[in-house]
Amino acid sequence: MRTALFGAAALVALLAAAPSPPPATVVHIRDDSFIPASITVRAGDKVTFVNDDDDAHTATADDSSWDSEGLNQGQKWTHVFAKAGKVTYHCTVHPMMHGTVSVRSAS
Amino acid sequence: MRRGDFVNHVAWTGAGIVYVLGAEGIVRATASAAPGAFSFVQISDSHIGYTGPANGDVRGTLEKAVAGINAMPNQPAFVIHTGDVTHLSKASEFDDARAVLSTLKAPLLTIPGEHDVIGAEGPKRFAASFGRKGASSRGWSSWDQGGIHFVALINVGEGETMGVLGDEQLAWLQKDLDARKPETPIVVFGHVPLFAVAPEWGWTTADGTKAIAMLRRFSAVTVLNGHIHQVVEQTDGAIRFATARSTAFPQAAPGTPGAKPGPLKVAPDSLLGVLGYRTVQVEGAGAWRERTLAQG
Repeated sequence: MRTALFGAAALVALLAAAPSPPPATVVHIRDDSFIPASITVRAGDKVTFVNDDDDAHTATADDSSWDSEGLNQGQKWTHVFAKAGKVTYHCTVHPMMHGTVSVRSAS
Repeated sequence: MRRGDFVNHVAWTGAGIVYVLGAEGIVRATASAAPGAFSFVQISDSHIGYTGPANGDVRGTLEKAVAGINAMPNQPAFVIHTGDVTHLSKASEFDDARAVLSTLKAPLLTIPGEHDVIGAEGPKRFAASFGRKGASSRGWSSWDQGGIHFVALINVGEGETMGVLGDEQLAWLQKDLDARKPETPIVVFGHVPLFAVAPEWGWTTADGTKAIAMLRRFSAVTVLNGHIHQVVEQTDGAIRFATARSTAFPQAAPGTPGAKPGPLKVAPDSLLGVLGYRTVQVEGAGAWRERTLAQG
């Protein structure tokens, strides 16, 4: 019994010490702009795009490797950036809107 | 009819705008359409799927437009929808749009706007819902009807700029127009304005000047676009440009201080007055009447 309690306490301590996953970085789409337009994340991080505008928008990689497709006002879309590197993206409905995600190595 | 009379006529009837484009390429206002004339209708920017404050019932306003067209005593030879049929290119939006537009009595032609080609599936859904025989694999097309040469261009979906025709389509257009005599009346359709209405808002076609240069040798050219949800007109030599109202919601006028492109909310009792569609009546070789209906 004492052994079992000790084991459970150790597990709780271990879980408490483990680093929690970072919250998703949020990019707002507002007034026909990505805000912020440039972000830096680590490989494996999530980025959530939130459309605050009354107009439709997308967040679409310039190389077409990922695409939120159409987002209405209030809708959001999350993408995991797995690989290190610099990714540029745009809104296909408003191609003058551009953004950049710089992905650092996780190590 | 003088311009002032014309404005008064519009104000009195609430019906819209009427023009005649003569064989000489000069446009003037006129009063009413001649019965029995060959006609077509331009409808645009229905944004089926939009649910924002600028219009809570975009399907209802499209249905109202369709009802108005179906009530025309002389049915048009065709109705062309100049794009942004849907708001987000979703399958359900295409289904809803097709359900309404299929009730038109006249044949329907449709070209896409940028809202109809979102994502990998958007272009496929558009083609499945509104693609038609006779168009090129990329969607642009031309045909002769009622003594006029019609050209339907595709200037969305090419990437980095809002409106772009692309070299392949421009080459096709050059070949298509080369086969026409200068006196042939030409009508060109496209979603994004071919001319520079407001480039800072994406309201222009980047390589539109190349297409316009090809059209200059013709004596009567009409270019009809959508995209900006309001009527803006421009005449350049024998070429008359006109954008169209939306059936869904208005947008701010270019140059409005503090304004940006996008849905513009107006007073509910004013909404129908800023939505509408356009009828174009052809009186004979090279003579036209163009009518824009803001109501009904």
